[in-house]
Order: sequence, then C-alpha cells, then structure tokens
Amino acid sequence: MGLNKKDFTLLIIVAILCVFAPFILNPFPEGSAMAQFNAGYPDLMQRLVIFGIFAIGFNILFGLTGYLSFGHAAFLGVGSYAAIWMMKLLTMNVIPAIIISVLVAGLFSLLVGWISLRRSGIYFSILTLAFAQMSYSLAYSVLTPITGGETGLQPKVNDPRILDGALAAGETPRANLFGLQMNQSYEMAVGNWVFTFNAGYYLAAIVMLIAFYISIRIFRSPFGMMLRAVKSNQQRLNYTGLNAKPYTLAAFVISGMYAGLAGGLLVAMDTQVGAERMFWTASGEVVLMTILGGAGTLIGPVLGAGFIKYMENIVSKINKSILEQWFAFMPDGIEDLLITLVYPFIGKGWHLTLGILFMLVVIFLPGGLVEGGQRVGRLFKRKKPADDKPDGKTTPAE
Amino acid sequence: MGILEVKNVGKRFGGLQALGDVNLSIAENSVHAIIGPNGAGKSTLLNCLVGKLIPDTGSVMFDGQSVLGRKPYEINQMGISRVFQTPEIFADLSVMENMMIPCFAKRDGAFQLNALSSIPSQRDMIERAEHMLEDMNMADKRAMHAGSLSRGDKRRLEIGMCLSQEPRLLLLDEPTAGMARADTNNTIDLLKQISEDRDITIAIIEHDMHVVFSLAERITVLAQGTPLVEDTPDNIKGNPKVREAYLGETQDAA
Repeated sequence: MGLNKKDFTLLIIVAILCVFAPFILNPFPEGSAMAQFNAGYPDLMQRLVIFGIFAIGFNILFGLTGYLSFGHAAFLGVGSYAAIWMMKLLTMNVIPAIIISVLVAGLFSLLVGWISLRRSGIYFSILTLAFAQMSYSLAYSVLTPITGGETGLQPKVNDPRILDGALAAGETPRANLFGLQMNQSYEMAVGNWVFTFNAGYYLAAIVMLIAFYISIRIFRSPFGMMLRAVKSNQQRLNYTGLNAKPYTLAAFVISGMYAGLAGGLLVAMDTQVGAERMFWTASGEVVLMTILGGAGTLIGPVLGAGFIKYMENIVSKINKSILEQWFAFMPDGIEDLLITLVYPFIGKGWHLTLGILFMLVVIFLPGGLVEGGQRVGRLFKRKKPADDKPDGKTTPAE
Repeated sequence: MGILEVKNVGKRFGGLQALGDVNLSIAENSVHAIIGPNGAGKSTLLNCLVGKLIPDTGSVMFDGQSVLGRKPYEINQMGISRVFQTPEIFADLSVMENMMIPCFAKRDGAFQLNALSSIPSQRDMIERAEHMLEDMNMADKRAMHAGSLSRGDKRRLEIGMCLSQEPRLLLLDEPTAGMARADTNNTIDLLKQISEDRDITIAIIEHDMHVVFSLAERITVLAQGTPLVEDTPDNIKGNPKVREAYLGETQDAA
C-alpha cells in the first residue's frame, strides 16, 4: 500500500470504526432517556463521513501550506450542482454524478485558485471569501435557470435521463448504485437496541476511506513535504529554485476536488441542492472542523467534522421538556435555575455551545482534539514505568 | 571575463541613490568579499544579483547570461545560491527534510507533482541528503527539528542546503552576524574548506574584518553606492583611501 506501519494502523482503525459505526454510534437502547444521544441513524452517519471528506481535503490546503481559504463551500456547492445535473440528464446512478462533481469542482477551483493565489495571508482569504459569496449570489439569483435559484434543484419525474429507462407509473427517481438504492437500510434489532445499516452510508464511508488513504499518501510524499516547506519559509523555497505558486495551486485544486466529491456525495445521499450550501457560514464551518480536530494532522479533520456534525444534530435536538426531564429530581427552585442557565446552550443555541468549545480547544489545545488525544496518551505512557518500578523512581517519557 | 559581471548598475529608492555606478567582476573559483560601511549599498547590490530587486540601469551577467528580470527561483536554477544574514531554513521541518528539499529541487526543477510517491522510496535523494549532512558534521542531528538548532548549526545547515544544489556561485550576506567567536571561527573554517574542496565561487558581504581577511582573495570596498577600490587583502589593508572611508574607524574600535 506504500504506507509505513503507523499510518497503515491508523487507516485500519478508521476503517474498522467506519464499518462498525452503526453499533458504535448507537450505544443507548431505544426508548431510554439517553436515546437522543444516539447518532447511528443514516442521515447523520452519512453527514459525518461526507463532511469528513470535505475537511480532509481542506486540511491538504490549510494544514500543509497554511493558506486559509474562506470559500471552500463554493466548491462543495458547485460539485453538488454538477452531480444533480448528471442525475437529471444522464442517470440516477450515483457514479457519473460523483465523478463529474469532482471534475467540475476541480476546474472551478483551478480558476479561483489561479486568481486568489496571487496574494497570500489575509488577502488570499478575503479573495476566496469574495469568490464564494459571488458564487452563492449567482446561484441564488442570476443563474436560476441552472441552479434553480431559491427553490434549488431536485430530480423530477419528467427529466430526460437518457441512460435510464422510463420510470413506471407513480415511481419517483431515486439515487442508486447499479440498482442498490442509497436510502435502502437493513435494521437489526438486538434486545432493546436497533442498529441501522444503510447502503448510502457504506458507499460514502468507502469513498471517505479512499479519500483518507490518498491524503495520507500526499502527506508522506515529496510533494507534501514541499507544501509544508511553503508554510514554513517561502523565502528559502524561492532561493532553493522552487516556485511556490504551482505547489499552492495544486494543493488548492486537490482540496477543491475533495470539496466537490463531498458535494457530489451529499447529492447522492439526499437528491436536492440549494444555494445555501455555498453560503459563507458553510465555508467557515470546514475551517472550524479542521482547526477543532487539529490542522496539519492526518486524523484531526475527520474528528473535527464528526464532532461538529454530531453536536449540530444532537445538541440542537435537546429541548426544554427534555431538560425538565433531566433536572426533575431536583428541588423546584434549583431545577428552574438550572434550566434557565442551560437553555441558551441547547436547541437553536447549539452554536453557542460550539463556540465555547471551540474557544476552549483553541486556547488550551492549540493542536486540536488530536493534541488532546496525544496528551491523554502520554499520561498513560508515563504511568507505565511507575508500575514497573515500585520504588517510585520514574523516568520521564520522551 | 569573470563568472559574474556587474556593469554600470544603479538603483535609486525615491530620493536616495542607493547604488551609483557599480562595476564588479568576480573571477571563477575565487573568494571575493564586498565590504563597506553601513549604508554603502552592499545589501542592495546583493538583492540586485539574486532577483529580489531590479536595478534601474546597467547589466548583471552570470556566466554569459543576464539575470535581470528573472525571478529568484529562476536565478537560483542558473547556479546562484544565497545564504541570508539571519539563517533562512525550514524551521518547522526536520533537519533531514531541510536537506532533502534542495536535493529534490536540483533533480526536479521548479515544480513536480509527485503527490503519490513516498519519500522513503526516493533512495538516491535520501543518500544525497545524508551525504551532505555528514559533510556538514550534522548527521547526528538529522531527526531534529530545524527550528531548535543553535544559531551556528542553523548557519551550517543553510550553507549545506545551498551546497547540495551544487551552485557555481555562493552568495553570503554577513554569514557570521550575531555569532559567538567560536561559531564565527567554525564558519570561517567551513567556508575555507568548501572553497578548497569544490569548484565554487564565493562572494561574501561582511562587516567582520577578521572574517574578510581570513577568507577573501579579492576585496571590493563600497562607499556611498560606488566601488571605491578593488584589490587583494594586503593592499586593501594598506590603502589610505580605504582607511579613511572605513577601516580606520573599525581599527580604532577594535
């Protein structure tokens, strides 16, 4: 596979987590008070891995070269539109849709990168932001014939779809992989638990594993080393006979293609697109995911994406009556006080929770969740020699 | 005909004439020092040679080809490497990676999209980098973070990085600035050895007279943007004009 032992182990661990995600994310039995923390339903699991892909790609640009793009949602959106048009014109099979979404996003990012990379630092960020907002506005208004404007696009019964046969009467077009429908699920009930195995999720997970594998290869390649050199010292790079621009542009296009892939997969799972997908908050979200997880690390962006998407779906579902249930055992006065204190952070206020967590991570764990994991790991390593030597003389861990 | 020919180069910043009318010829495989008091235009001249600045007038020819209008990375590929006043290295990368990057640049040119090949599979590049680290006496530090090296080691690494590109001309901008005496002497020895062992021309801009007189075969004295005199170190020491413009002060201070 061309990976060293450590990277290969990481890839295998991620693969195992993906395969068993329907179990891992559903630890609480149905109907229990904790059941709302279960994340093992298809829609959320699909989002976890798809935004993982988005963040992995973003990390190739931001984590390696240090160029902070604030417009990557534009590539995700363009990929989505390309995918839905494939479904309208060619076939409801997701393969052409996914391939075209990557290619179109790649071309668009080549154009945006070519122009934006004339500047670096904050000016680069602003240029990418401007491009993304222009794309959003265009998709929302001027380009309505192509993008569906406010209403967005979805496959209609009377679309041409030249590769598919005619639909039977009353049948609606559904995304599929050679007949296997993406929303098809198999439910397994074990005692009080219900585990859902969804075709779309497993397709997205396989694509994510391939994307993750390619990202490891890029990180460990001479090209990846050059990208880190760009981040470290462009002056020295220039005086070493290397031109930084093609390196940064290649990284930009690669990360744009990852974003397009994520956009295409979103359409494959849920066949509709709206312009809000390209809004600047969506671009900001992938920045948060990457930094929260650990920019420049392999697994960080995946963790960050998973963390944020989990929070978004789970914390936002907690409402006042659930809080009342939780705090019911307390005396009335204290119960009301606690509910008043916690209430702003749940439901629609989940952004507040996310913001606080983000601040805590940036201040106390500048390396993101990955650094947190490493610190915990070191803590355990340090304890081991102490066990071996009962006299208490410990050697510091390296 | 020297390897580097500077003819009638002038550079003006607004109202300041930084370089008046500089003529300079650096002979192949020599060690040539450019000295001069603060503000004499030494750094401006150097920046004109490497593409960071474009002179208003005159020409700069390297090995018969003009360097004017070329980007720094293009000039570097012609065979000119530059060592900076403050060591410019890839501080976030390991010492070994620092040494491998110029090896790749030498082999692959300005850009190569080898995103799926792995570094350990590039045996020849690893060997070259390791060989150069041994030459620089830094083989034991290969896994270290380059940013955590001492000032003297950073300088050695930077010089090694430049040499691994096999340049024909090595430009050094005050290579011993801010160094302790021991580090300065080590750097002098290193440069002497490089000049003896390799087919390389060294041009050095320096403040420290100890360094200049230990190394240089020819010395050009710049004052107020024009070359005052060019001669051998012994003649420069005795030249009254130079004493007046520059050396006198330094000797008093020492």
